[in-house]
Amino acid sequence: MKLDSRIPSGPIEQAWDKSRFDMKLVNPANKRKFSVIVVGSGLAGGSAAASLGELGYNVKCFCFQDSPRRAHSIAAQGGINAAKNYQNDGDSIYRLFYDTVKGGDFRAREYNVYRLAQNSVNIIDQCVAQGVPFAREYGGALANRSFGGAQVSRTFYARGQTGQQLLLGAYQALEAQVDAGSVKMYTRTEMLDLVIINGKARGIVTRNLVTGQIESHAADAVILATGGYGNVFYLSTNAKGSNCTAIWRAHKRGAAFANPCFTQIHPTCIPVSGDYQSKLTLMSESLRNDGRIWVPLKGGDKRAPSQIPENERDYYLERRYPSFGNLVPRDVASRAAKAVCDEGRGVGETGLGVYLDFADSINRLGRSAIEERYGNLFEMYNRITGEDPYTAPMRIYPAIHYTMGGLWVDYQLMSTIPGMFVLGEANFSDHGANRLGASALMQGLSDGYFVIPYTLGNYLASNKLEKVDTSAPEFAAVTKEVNDLVAQMLSIKGKRTVSSYHRELGKIMWDNCGMGRNAAGLSNAITQIQGLRHEFWNNVNVPGSGEDLNQQLENAGRVADFLELGELMCRDALHRNESCGGHFREEYQTEEGEAMRDDENFQYAAAWEYAGQDTEPILNKEPLAFDYVHPAQRSYK
Amino acid sequence: MKPASMNLTLHVWRQANAAAPGRMERYDAPNVSEDMSFLEMLDVVNEQLISDGKEPIAFEHDCREGICGSCGFMVNGVAHGPQKGTTICQLHMRHFKDGEELFLEPWRATAFPVLKDLVVDRAAFDRIIAAGGYVSVRTGSAPDGNAISVPKEAADIAMDAAACIGCGACVAACPNAAAALFTGAKISHLGTLPQGQAERSRRALRMVEQLSLEQFGSCTNIGECVAACPKQIPLEMIARMNRDHLKAAWTSRGEHRSGGE
Ligand SMILES: Cc1cc2nc3c(=O)[nH]c(=O)nc-3n(C[C@H](O)[C@H](O)[C@H](O)COP(=O)(O)OP(=O)(O)OC[C@H]3O[C@@H](n4cnc5c(N)ncnc54)[C@H](O)[C@@H]3O)c2cc1C
Ligand code: SF4
Ligand code: FES
Repeated sequence: MKLDSRIPSGPIEQAWDKSRFDMKLVNPANKRKFSVIVVGSGLAGGSAAASLGELGYNVKCFCFQDSPRRAHSIAAQGGINAAKNYQNDGDSIYRLFYDTVKGGDFRAREYNVYRLAQNSVNIIDQCVAQGVPFAREYGGALANRSFGGAQVSRTFYARGQTGQQLLLGAYQALEAQVDAGSVKMYTRTEMLDLVIINGKARGIVTRNLVTGQIESHAADAVILATGGYGNVFYLSTNAKGSNCTAIWRAHKRGAAFANPCFTQIHPTCIPVSGDYQSKLTLMSESLRNDGRIWVPLKGGDKRAPSQIPENERDYYLERRYPSFGNLVPRDVASRAAKAVCDEGRGVGETGLGVYLDFADSINRLGRSAIEERYGNLFEMYNRITGEDPYTAPMRIYPAIHYTMGGLWVDYQLMSTIPGMFVLGEANFSDHGANRLGASALMQGLSDGYFVIPYTLGNYLASNKLEKVDTSAPEFAAVTKEVNDLVAQMLSIKGKRTVSSYHRELGKIMWDNCGMGRNAAGLSNAITQIQGLRHEFWNNVNVPGSGEDLNQQLENAGRVADFLELGELMCRDALHRNESCGGHFREEYQTEEGEAMRDDENFQYAAAWEYAGQDTEPILNKEPLAFDYVHPAQRSYK
Repeated sequence: MKPASMNLTLHVWRQANAAAPGRMERYDAPNVSEDMSFLEMLDVVNEQLISDGKEPIAFEHDCREGICGSCGFMVNGVAHGPQKGTTICQLHMRHFKDGEELFLEPWRATAFPVLKDLVVDRAAFDRIIAAGGYVSVRTGSAPDGNAISVPKEAADIAMDAAACIGCGACVAACPNAAAALFTGAKISHLGTLPQGQAERSRRALRMVEQLSLEQFGSCTNIGECVAACPKQIPLEMIARMNRDHLKAAWTSRGEHRSGGE
């Protein structure tokens, strides 16, 4: 497999302008002759479908929820970064670029990140114009807050519901195009496979989740914006339906999967309370602006937090990282929390928790200021735990949150399958080995509003695409495979439920491919996952039929794919003999327990190529160059 | 301290598909921990049903954080259950008592046909938004974000309105099955901001017209919607919608008289 990243030449500051100029254009009158499939209606897919529809393309957009507005982007809380420098505190496009490359621990592509930082400013303008009710200062100007990994205040927010408001903006733009007739929306429809004709992506096969109908859709290009795969861990902050099916099945059809083991563990989530637990809830990182993280100085201290005097508390982030303090990047904060819990200093029933304490801020700013900033988060915490964070510190613990890995894409966001583009969390492009807070929303919207409208046009204008419709034999062949798979899952009628497999897989992944990883554990996990997968295909019980709304069947397909992806993640983690960002290999750490990169041997993106069922995948490498930000050990001290 | 546990009896609406008749069925939910969410309690019941060779109960959910608007059904006649300002996915079992009997039914409204068990079709809400619940702004054509200042009060009102999650509880709670709170929230959100002014009249006219096309009932200001709304969208949003609509109806009639469109 050849990886051509199509990075433009010349200075990074002009690269995007220059490549936009070099790209071929589709004549306005011809746009409606091209049909485009967009799978996903989150920030990435929604913004792409709306923008492409507006340009005049014939767009079909798909989501598995009952409305595009429910895509998982809706749940993002904290905010979105942009290099506006409205605070006059020294921000710039270059600084956002620098912070993102450094935050990603030098495993992202510089040119992509620079473009992202450039587009960030347009995103805010676009969203304001759509009516996104960003927080404002009394003078009427846009307000900002700080996020981890940055020393400037560049995060824009809409209370604790930034993702919701940005997504509603994109959703409304999308519905405007539905109204205009340029986008046809397919809700409750799940993509189950990709159709390739003459080497190019030309369509998808879907299942109507209400009627069970398997259907074919042909197009001139396919865009996947199907989100992240954090649910491979079962417990994560992702929505229950978030899954890897679209990207995994595209991977099996030839799309390289890059850096699958790069997952983000978010430091501030509500700890697990019991074995019925179905998901984990994030408490936004923005809380670290005003909350202080601590554990008791001594292990086994069971006193109530209010009974522990100041001098018997360890504010370990402030102690270890005096210059960033509670605002160190997520990977650093998560590992530090794990370390204190491993020392037996964790708090709460399970000992897997640390305090996030607002007492000082409430004293300093008053309760109402804290309520104004975080009221809805405090309420959510109270609803879930029954405890009041205004009077007692929150208990938090790290949880799986985001996947930096994803399908490999070039600078134009095209995968290794010509004609198939990948946007948003589903691709691997911009965050390297660790994503900074408030930059996933930025990436999704940059990809959808400001990149794909150009690069898709370039693809369509520079390729001769023969007429294709769903009567092509390739559609029939893929449809048969999909039907067979569904029938097979329904026919096993074994003894174990789908979710019991999912939980077991999640535990294997969390124990071996989570916050700390080592060679022995990873090798062992690979064997365990293979065994579990084998058992799944012989003993799973998927009730009901394929002819109607069957949530167990939907979930079975997703879990089957996770059972394959999990193995690839472990393989990737095992091959990467270094620690970087969220990938912490216990064998590779400094004396102080910080991640130790190996730039000489691992300064590349690992793009895995599918080689067949139960065959070892092939590793391809895209070397990464750092001409602008020079790799150094990240220091937040 | 170990969390307390309880035994509950559930009566759940079971309906195979939109065309099939439905009926209530009884299930036991033993050893429910007070720390579970309502949906986690149903997960456990479903795992048992599957193991017993029965069909699990279909209900909608996704984020389980009270923000996506997927979840929602009636618990003892109350939309999203007894806790004020809380979606069913965020409702925790500590609000129930040992031995309680709970009746779970889907939203009931002509505009929301039942698809299966507790799952209904809410596509009408998307069509209401498509009828004008947006600001038309071409991608890439926006002025600088700070070019137009927005008073903090206006931004706050807009945000209060924009917090609607589109769950449909307001419709389910309304004796007329009206969707005035949902529609009023969007009209108020965009109508409060300077960016929403150009299309304000057209938006109000079209969205209100769509409401009746979708067979939602008429609002008679009963206020049950507000009591059921998990995001506590205030009743004043309906008043704002009515004002915008009335004003738009007047001006558009004027336009018709002068022959303009
Ligand atoms: C709790 C939480 C809080 C967060 N907070 C922040 C934050 O403050 N700032 C920030 O920058 N980032 C945040 N993130 C990350 C960010 O929200 C996500 O990375 C981002 O929204 C992903 O957007 P997306 O468009 O790529 O995917 P999604 O929004 O996940 O959308 C995926 C879409 O694909 C569809 N889909 C998936 N599979 C299929 C299929 N097979 N067939 C058809 N359709 C399919 C879905 O229906 C959906 O429409 C947060 C994430 C979480 C979990
Ligand atoms: S107004 Fe309230 S009840 Fe109605 S859809 Fe919106 S959030 Fe749900
Ligand atoms: S599941 Fe998302 S609001 Fe309840």
